[in-house]
Amino acid sequence: MVQYSVARLDVSFAALSDPTRRGVLTQLGRADASITDLAEKFHMTLTGMKKHVGVLEQAGLVATEKVGRVRTCKLGPRRLEEETAWIEGYRQLWASRFEELDKVVEELKRKEKIDGRKNGK
Amino acid sequence: MDARMESEPTPVKNLTTAERKSERELVVTRTFNAPARIVFEAWTQPELLKRWWAPKGFGISFLSCEADVRVGGKYRFVFSHPAAPQPMAFFGKYLEVIPHSRLVWTNEEGGEGGQVTTVTFEEKGGKTLLVMRDLYPSKEALDEAIASGSTGGMDETFEQLDELLVALGASGKSSQ
Repeated sequence: MVQYSVARLDVSFAALSDPTRRGVLTQLGRADASITDLAEKFHMTLTGMKKHVGVLEQAGLVATEKVGRVRTCKLGPRRLEEETAWIEGYRQLWASRFEELDKVVEELKRKEKIDGRKNGK
Repeated sequence: MDARMESEPTPVKNLTTAERKSERELVVTRTFNAPARIVFEAWTQPELLKRWWAPKGFGISFLSCEADVRVGGKYRFVFSHPAAPQPMAFFGKYLEVIPHSRLVWTNEEGGEGGQVTTVTFEEKGGKTLLVMRDLYPSKEALDEAIASGSTGGMDETFEQLDELLVALGASGKSSQ
């Protein structure tokens, strides 16, 4: 599991080693864009941008979809996976808290019963 | 073994759900086998809060826990974690306090633009459905919270990559 992550991290870091590719990710974080849009934005040829997007796609950082003649790029499944993992981590944190909270609640319930008896309720 | 001795008939385990309900909202739900007044009490008395808010499995422990639970009252939770060189403080103030039914507070440790947390307690047949909503000011704010990986449940290597992406995102923003 750890090995697997490290290998993936290598691919990710390689993908991120280039300033244009980092810029593309930042850009796609704001809005989806076509390869043409990205090429214009970063002042490069369509072929050059296609290469960069290809590297990001391989790393799972970008996903592309062709509709008609336009290829649209957006942040890739890696980002979504991370979100899913984060939410699961968050859920586990609260599930653990709530298990402890159950104990506190049970204790309060018992205490209320005893106090109720004492007060002759 | 111990559990059977110390508790009444073991109830069915209540599930905790967590979901991103919208671009800027996270929702956690859980049912408790107790009336709302009891669950509410455990959320509003610091000495009780302290006993469940820092679960052992997550390696965090309380250094201090202050909570003045009334409208406008402040809270401040300070934790230590073996991986954190400095204690971590979480603080904010209560915006709404409706006994046994609703709590709303701000989260200000990240500066302005933190999420607002709303917890509702809904009693039905002696049980309480608890719903906790974290509403972030924007989609970007929630995305950033997720990218920072601060739940403590994340794989470390992912966190490193996340930090890098956050740093890149931040530098991109500031140069706008």
